[in-house]
Amino acid sequence: MTVRTAASVRVGDTFGPITVPVSRQSLVDYAAASGDDNPIHQNEEFARGVGLPDVIAHGMWTMGATGSVLADWVGGSGRILEFGTRFSAMVVVPVDGSAIEVSGTVTSLDEGSGQAVVELTTSAAGAKVLSRCRATVQFG
Amino acid sequence: MAVNPDFQGRVYPPSGPYAVSAADIAAFARAVGSADPVHTDPQAARAAGYPDVIAPPTMAVRYAQQCDRAYVADPEAGIDYSRVVHGEQSFVHHRPITAGDELTGTVTVRSIKTAGGHSMITLVTGLADAAGAQVATCTSTIVVRGGGQ
Repeated sequence: MTVRTAASVRVGDTFGPITVPVSRQSLVDYAAASGDDNPIHQNEEFARGVGLPDVIAHGMWTMGATGSVLADWVGGSGRILEFGTRFSAMVVVPVDGSAIEVSGTVTSLDEGSGQAVVELTTSAAGAKVLSRCRATVQFG
Repeated sequence: MAVNPDFQGRVYPPSGPYAVSAADIAAFARAVGSADPVHTDPQAARAAGYPDVIAPPTMAVRYAQQCDRAYVADPEAGIDYSRVVHGEQSFVHHRPITAGDELTGTVTVRSIKTAGGHSMITLVTGLADAAGAQVATCTSTIVVRGGGQ
């Protein structure tokens, strides 16, 4: 993985949209890895029983997958220093799966420290699922 | 059950330690689709300047949520977990969580607000290593939807 250098980046640079598929199995795997085994993320009958349209992805899966796209662009997972979001809509995951689309824009850059703020947009089925999603990253 | 506003400002004693294993990191990285070898290959991690494989940034939530249970499951706090949705989440990393870490977490109930029948609770969970150095600060806002009894 090549680390992106601060000298190669300008405010206003963008990346994406990058499509990340999500399946029911993705959510089973995320539940096991995170310890969040709420059945609304795995069991269609349960999800419908509490008024949801279908199984929904963990908000933290969506944030995590968004972080993976960002880390890939920056060139290192340990280069995300700060990362925050609001969860603004659900990612519905029907039995044949779904996908999220992730894109980012550099909104500020400190050339001295090589740190930048990146605004991220993550959507599913045309709706923005993360809002005010923002990270501070360390370029090489 | 109503959310108890008196819990604002409460600080819970540290919980843990939670051992961070290379296998847990690899499973989490796979689950969020991170292909960065720093999660799975100790040599790649060392080449990038880390002592061992490191966690993806959002993996801190796995440990923070275990700590947060001290508050969420406190019967006096009045949280009906079946009505909870995750509203906001943020992380500040002082260094990456690394395989071999023994993390302890301290939970502070920063604010409890009620609006439109819903309660919004912001928890700040500081994760520290065995030496007592801060590793990550995790801020989580949960929404307890109204309408329940």
